Amino acid sequence: MSADASTHEGLYRGGIWSWLTTVDHKRIGILYFVTGFVFLLVAGIEGQLIRTQLAQPELRILHPDFYNQLFTMHGTTMVFFAGMPLIIAFFNYIVPLQIGARDVAFPRLNAFSFWVLLFGGLFLYSSFFFGGAPDGGWFAYTPLTNREYSPGMGMDFYILALLLAGVGSIAGGVNFLVTIVNMRAPGMSFMRLPLFSWMALLVSILILLAFPPFTIGLVYMLFDRSFGTHFFDAAAGADPVLWQHLFWVFGHPEVYILILPAFGIVSDVIPAFSKKSLFGYPVVVFSGVLIAFLGFGVWVHHMFSVGLGPIVNAVFGGGTMLIAIPTGIKIFNWIATLWGGQIRFTTAMLFAIGLLVTFTIGGLSGVMHASPPSDLQQTDTYFIVAHFHYVLIGGTVFGLFAGFYYWFPKATGRMLSEKLGAWHFWLTFVALNVTFFPMHFSGLLGMPRRTFTYAAGLGLDVFNLISTIGAFLFTIAFLPLVVNLVRGLLKGDAAGANPWDAHTLEWTMSSPPPHYNFAVLPEVHRRDPLWHPYVVEGSDEVDGPSGVVPRLQPTDPPEPIIMPGPSYWPIFMATGLLIATIGGLGSLFVTLTGAAVALVGLFGWAFEPAEPEGEEAD
Amino acid sequence: MSHEAGHEHPSNRVYIVIAAVLAVLTALEVMVFYVQALRPMLLPILMVLMVAKFALVVMFFMHLRFDSKLLTGVFLWGLFIAVSIVLALMAIFGKFVG
Amino acid sequence: MSHHTSTDVPTRKLAMWSFIGSECMLFGTLIATFMIYRGRNIVGPYPSDLLNIPFITVTTFVLLMSSLMMVLALSAVQRGDLKGTKLWLFMTALFGLIFLAGQFYEFSHFVHEGLPLSRNLFSSTFFVLTGTHGAHVAGGVLWLGTLFVRTQQGKLDERNAETVEIAGLYWHFVDVVWIVLFTLIYLLV
Repeated sequence: MSADASTHEGLYRGGIWSWLTTVDHKRIGILYFVTGFVFLLVAGIEGQLIRTQLAQPELRILHPDFYNQLFTMHGTTMVFFAGMPLIIAFFNYIVPLQIGARDVAFPRLNAFSFWVLLFGGLFLYSSFFFGGAPDGGWFAYTPLTNREYSPGMGMDFYILALLLAGVGSIAGGVNFLVTIVNMRAPGMSFMRLPLFSWMALLVSILILLAFPPFTIGLVYMLFDRSFGTHFFDAAAGADPVLWQHLFWVFGHPEVYILILPAFGIVSDVIPAFSKKSLFGYPVVVFSGVLIAFLGFGVWVHHMFSVGLGPIVNAVFGGGTMLIAIPTGIKIFNWIATLWGGQIRFTTAMLFAIGLLVTFTIGGLSGVMHASPPSDLQQTDTYFIVAHFHYVLIGGTVFGLFAGFYYWFPKATGRMLSEKLGAWHFWLTFVALNVTFFPMHFSGLLGMPRRTFTYAAGLGLDVFNLISTIGAFLFTIAFLPLVVNLVRGLLKGDAAGANPWDAHTLEWTMSSPPPHYNFAVLPEVHRRDPLWHPYVVEGSDEVDGPSGVVPRLQPTDPPEPIIMPGPSYWPIFMATGLLIATIGGLGSLFVTLTGAAVALVGLFGWAFEPAEPEGEEAD
Repeated sequence: MSHEAGHEHPSNRVYIVIAAVLAVLTALEVMVFYVQALRPMLLPILMVLMVAKFALVVMFFMHLRFDSKLLTGVFLWGLFIAVSIVLALMAIFGKFVG
Repeated sequence: MSHHTSTDVPTRKLAMWSFIGSECMLFGTLIATFMIYRGRNIVGPYPSDLLNIPFITVTTFVLLMSSLMMVLALSAVQRGDLKGTKLWLFMTALFGLIFLAGQFYEFSHFVHEGLPLSRNLFSSTFFVLTGTHGAHVAGGVLWLGTLFVRTQQGKLDERNAETVEIAGLYWHFVDVVWIVLFTLIYLLV
């Protein structure tokens, strides 16, 4: 079945204005993806520069102050402007398709979330041109980041950019939670949800509960820096360690926000290319729930060396070890799914299986840090850097790449080259290991984090050189990806509705889907609906190849479907908030102007009908 | 517009009674503060009164008692995690040591 | 888009409760900070020097009663009593404004007595915590004012009463936060 050419063009057609005012979850997904991908490349270049400076001992390629900005921006960008947007890109595009919905619950709020994220990222990067980027590390510990020790504007950019982007994250959390809970197709119970959508639900809850402490911490830092308050001022009786607590109460759930979507993707991809349903679906769901819940109780493991005392350390160390259990369980479920399946090593599958290996390596070093006495040697060394790059690249990034190769045909109507994809995978896999495996050793030998150089003769030289070579390999690994992407978009083979013969609802529509997604809302009776025909009881009839889930949606809907129209209020209001954010750098007038614009935007939005004309007003 | 299951409304009279109870509970709280004899019991009494007022507003004014259990779950989980983290932080900072 | 829901909960109501769950963490963090830093001021003025329990008891009572006004407004709009709706929406907002006026007075009084925002830990935690709460109240008053105007314009009645219910949830939550703040800030000795 060839892609419907008019649909293909129709979905993404339109000039800039149509993109600025879109409320379609699929287009918003594309916007998030492009944004996240560009920031991924930028942060990657920052990483390259870091590794170049560290290639050999005592190099002076970069000025130490600039080096501090580089590692701060590398981490901040990767977490907030690459990782999260790419994840939200997939949530946006795929979740409504998987649950049988025509869009998310609040389409304009969805667009708004994107614009504040983009504006936050651009605002953050403008800091390079206004006196220097933030340089206090992505975790911005006080008192280093207070006004006395960070007198420039860099940290103000950090605070304000993240406050702005954070608004979008919380809005997105509400949006996806409500969508997944309330907009599932008839019969799609929670235990029939595709795993990716299940993880999206858990991540939405995590976002709602984890971001507020960080928001407050940022507000405290802003007030201390700009209004003379004393939240982190030891001389006034306060405790700078409070910042660390607030940061990590957020920061730890944040890493589960980063990894659970990847787990969700893998839980969809491995069954698809094993031709076998996920082994132990309820267990995989339940372990996700446990990880999300327990993730709120382990934050102090980032602070074992702060001196909070043996009881505190023991409690949080124990909790951290506990969390390894549900994570490990998932690995076994994925392996059991592979066992006895008809494996196809598509690029998506390569990345998914690759994740099993690389995430496990990262997880093992993680368990080592869970013991406070061990961690006292490991903390703040390159051993930790090794751990989190294995779980973040080997986990999150591999998962995102698996999702990219899996769902690219759905979103574009084109197939990618599996050959180029294999090159991308293997080069990346090798690059990951060459760059980060040696860091386990340099870390245990005592090489501290965030150091801009190191002395010769400490046994660190070889490991650093190998790591830097690995980093250059990452750049080379991107080439087959970029070539594949461009070639695929321009002249890839046409993809039908279900090129992989996969099992979930997104594969019942044309590629790309029509703007209304489903011509006829499916009625779901089983998990993996496309692999389980539904037999009509008491008769010889089989109600279609998949019951009342049509294998392929009809080309035209039986009645016209009216979708919400475009709106400029989301970007209008986001612009107001951006202006207010800029005012936060030191001008009350600008802040108030921005707030006024945002307020006008809010009213315009509120009084614009949510439903198209002729429908019941919301 | 879909309808909620089990949707009952307390009457206006019930609301006024609850408001009166809230006022009385507030008066009691202030009384505990001023009556020196009750000082040793200040903390537990205030906590009980505070929670009682909280529960009344949430269950009746916010209608949670009559609404879907899903909403109770959504709210209570958020509240539980928030309270746990507040108490954990206070403990770590030594606020519960004698 | 709101026509079919997978649960028996209207979509916007679920959204507001989810947001309220998130706000529990927001205020929880502010409250935790306040509680952690109690008693750690190096310099005064100290809370006992400044906190005016009788005054705040009155404003607390006002805010509490505003919640009653709010449920009466909802009850009215659900019955199609538009006059009552406007009356009670107005009263709710009015009581909210009286509460805010009280906060404003208290803040200026504190500053006048030597406790500006930057004075000490108490000023930092107190003003940011109660200020955040006050900002939420102000937002609520604005929202109620908008609903009043909409009712006046004939755009709000029993058919879209849900909108008043959602505003009510927000308003009651802000009141409930104050129930906690009143006890922890003013009454705990």
